[in-house]
Amino acid sequence: MSSSPTTPILAHQFEDATQQRDAATIGMWLFIATEILFFGGMFLGYTVYRYTYPQAFAEGSQHTLIWFGGTNAAVLLISSTTMALAVHAASENRRALLVSLLLGTASLGALFLVIKGFEYAHEVKENLLPGSSFHIVAAEPLKAEMFFYIYWLMTGFHALHVAIGVVLILIFAARAFFTNAFVNHDTPVDLLGLYWHFVDIVWVFLFPLLYLVDRHS
Amino acid sequence: MSAVPMQAAPQYAPALQPTYLNVQRTIRSWLLTTDHKRIALLYMVSITFFFFVGGVAATLMRLELLTPRAELVTSETYNKLFTIHGVVMLWFFLIPSIPTVLGNFLVPLMIGARDVAFPRLNLASWYLFMVGGAFTLFSIITGGVDTGWTFYTPYSSTYSNGHVVAMAAGIFIAGFGSIATGLNFIVTVHTMRAPGLTWWRLPIFIWSLYTTSIILVLATPVLAITLALMALERIFGVGFFNPAIGGDPLLFQHLFWFYSHPAVYIMILPGMGVVSELIPCFSRRPLFGYKFVAVASVAIGVLGFLVWGHHMFVSSQSIYAGMIFSILSFMVSIPSAIKVFNWTATLYKGSIRFQTPMLYALFFIGLFTIGGLTGLFLACLAIDVHVHDTYFVIAHFHYIMVGGMVMAYLGGIHFWWPKITGRMYPELPAKLAALTVFLGFNLTFFPQFILGYLGMPRRYPVYAPEFQVLNVLSTAGASILAVGYLLPLTYLLWSLRYGRIATPNPWEATGLEWTTHSPPPKDNFETTPLVTAGAYKYDSQAAEAQREVAHV
Repeated sequence: MSSSPTTPILAHQFEDATQQRDAATIGMWLFIATEILFFGGMFLGYTVYRYTYPQAFAEGSQHTLIWFGGTNAAVLLISSTTMALAVHAASENRRALLVSLLLGTASLGALFLVIKGFEYAHEVKENLLPGSSFHIVAAEPLKAEMFFYIYWLMTGFHALHVAIGVVLILIFAARAFFTNAFVNHDTPVDLLGLYWHFVDIVWVFLFPLLYLVDRHS
Repeated sequence: MSAVPMQAAPQYAPALQPTYLNVQRTIRSWLLTTDHKRIALLYMVSITFFFFVGGVAATLMRLELLTPRAELVTSETYNKLFTIHGVVMLWFFLIPSIPTVLGNFLVPLMIGARDVAFPRLNLASWYLFMVGGAFTLFSIITGGVDTGWTFYTPYSSTYSNGHVVAMAAGIFIAGFGSIATGLNFIVTVHTMRAPGLTWWRLPIFIWSLYTTSIILVLATPVLAITLALMALERIFGVGFFNPAIGGDPLLFQHLFWFYSHPAVYIMILPGMGVVSELIPCFSRRPLFGYKFVAVASVAIGVLGFLVWGHHMFVSSQSIYAGMIFSILSFMVSIPSAIKVFNWTATLYKGSIRFQTPMLYALFFIGLFTIGGLTGLFLACLAIDVHVHDTYFVIAHFHYIMVGGMVMAYLGGIHFWWPKITGRMYPELPAKLAALTVFLGFNLTFFPQFILGYLGMPRRYPVYAPEFQVLNVLSTAGASILAVGYLLPLTYLLWSLRYGRIATPNPWEATGLEWTTHSPPPKDNFETTPLVTAGAYKYDSQAAEAQREVAHV
C-alpha cells in the first residue's frame, strides 16, 4: 500500500492528504512572511537613508551597471515563468517535462548568479566595494558609500537566496528524475515554486530601487 | 488464561501499553525523536540548564551590590555579568520557556492531534536552539560581552572588546529555532484540531500560544537582520549604523525594539495562557468572559507591535513619536486589565482549592498587576524621563518576567507534571517552595522600585552609600529566591522515582490532554477525540457540595 507510487505518503500525524497539503502550504506562506520581515529591516534602512540623502543615492545609482541589472531582471522573470510551468507539469504528472523545466529554471538562476558575479567583479575593480579602498567621484562620497553598502548588502542577501534556490531546484530535479517522489504528490514542487517566485519578486523591488534612482534624464 | 487475570487487568492496563517515555529507551531515540512530548522534555532540560547559568550571573551581581563600592568584581566584569544574565535569561530561558516546554507538550494534546504539523522541523528547532546556546556559552567562556543584552550601536559595532559577533551569532541561530517553533504552532492550530474543536472552543492556552507564535514568526526575523547588520558592521568596519558614512545608530534601536518589545509579549502571553487554565480548574468555575480573554490575547499581540518607541523616549526621537508611542503603550493596559478582571471574576463564588499550581496562578495575578501598573508609570513620558535607566525599570520588568512568566511556568510545570511524568509531585514541599519564591521575589524586587525612584541607575557596580540598606534587602531576597528555585529542582527530580503514580486526570480538569493516559502513549490518543463543547466545563456548586460532604 505505502509502496504504491500512486499513493502520496501520508505522515503519521495527519488524518488525510488534504490536511497534509494545507499544513505544508500554510507553513510555506508563513516562511515567506518571515523572509519578507527579514528583508524588511533592510528595506526600512534603504527608505530612511534614501529619504535623508536623496542626492547621494541618485549619484550612487548612476554608477550601477543598468544593463547587467536589467538583463538579470529579465532572466529571473523568465525563470519564474519556467517555474510556473514546472508546477503545472508536476500537477499533470508529466515527469520528463517537469525535470526539463526544473533544469531550465535552475540554469536561469545560475545565469543570474554568473551575471551578478561579473557585475560584482567590475564594481570591486572600480573601487565601489565599501571599506578602506572605496572611492567614488560624487558630491557626497561618504553618503554614496552608504548607498553602495546597501547595494551590496541587499543584492548579496538576495544572491544568497537565489543560490539556495538553485541548489533546491537541482535537488528537486534529481528527485523527479530518479524517483517517483512527485508522482501524484505535487505539493513540494508547488511550494518550491512559491519560494522561487518570492526570490524573483524581491529582485523586482531591488532593481528599480538600486538601479533606477533618478535615471530619467 | 482469560478468567483469572480479569480483575487485575484494569489496574495494569495503562502500564502494559508503552508510554511516550518508555516506548524506546536509547539515548539515540531521544536525540533523534520527532515526538513533540520528547522534544518538550529536551527543551525542559536545556532551558533549566540555561536558567541556572543566567542565575549564577544574577547571583554574582547581587553579591557585588551588597556594598556601594566595586569590591567583588571590576566594572568590566560587572558589565559582562549583566550582559550574560540578560542574554541567557531572555533568549535561552524566558522566550523558549513556556512555548517550547509546555507548548510543545500540550499544543497537540490540547487540540486532539497526534503531533505538531512538522515534527522534524520541531526537532530541528531544538538543535538550532542548542547550537545557538553553544555559541553563546562559547562567547561567555572565552571572555564575555559587555554591551548589555541590547547590543546598542555604535558601542557594540565599533568599541566593545568582547565576543560580540559570537554572541550575536548564537542569538541569530537560536532565533531561527524560535521561528520554527512559532511556525509549527500556527500551522498546527490551523490544520490539526480535532473534529468539533472550533476556534471558540479552544483552551485559552492555545489562543495565547497562537498569538505568541505570530509574534515569534513576524518579529524574530527582524531581530535576525538587525543583529546580522550589527555584526557585519563590526566585522567590516563599515555599515548600516555607522555615522561615518551617514548611518544612524538610532535606526538600530528602532529595529532592535521592533523585535524586542513584541518579544516582551512572547515572554508574558504564554504565562497568561497557563494562568487561564489554572484559575478555572482550581476554582471549579468556567473561565469568566472566555471570548474577551481570547481576543485580549490577540489584541496584546497586535498592540505589542506598535509600542517599541517607548524604549526610546530619551533617545532623541521626535517628541510627537514619543507621544504616539506613549498613548499606544497605555492602550496595552486595556486587554491586560480585561484578563486580570476576568481571572478575578472567575474566582468569585468559586470552590477554590489552594494546591501549588493555584498558588503560583494567584501570585501571577498579583505580581503581574504590579508589574503592569508600574509599566503605566513608564509609558508616561514625563515620569519615564525621571526613572529611565534606573532600578525602577528593572523592578518593573522583573515583576512581569519573573513575577509573571516564571511564576506561570512553575505553576504550569506543577499542574502538568503528572501528565508529563506520570508521577505526582509532593504537595507540601511544593507549597513551601512556592511561598519561598513569592517572598524571595518580592524582597528582591520591591526595594528596587524605591531605589529606582530615588534615582539609582541600572548597570553600575557602584552606588551612593545611602542606597545600601535597600540593596542589602534586595540581595537577601535574591538568596531566598535562589532557595525557592532550587527546591522544585530537588523534589521534582525526587518525584520522578518516588512520587505517587498519577491518574489520567488528578485535578479533575477539563481539556483533552486529561482524557488520555498519564503519561500519554506515543500517539497521544487511542482514538481521535470528538469535541462537542467548549473549554472549562466546571461546576463550582457541585464541587462545593462534594467538599461539604467530605468535611462532614
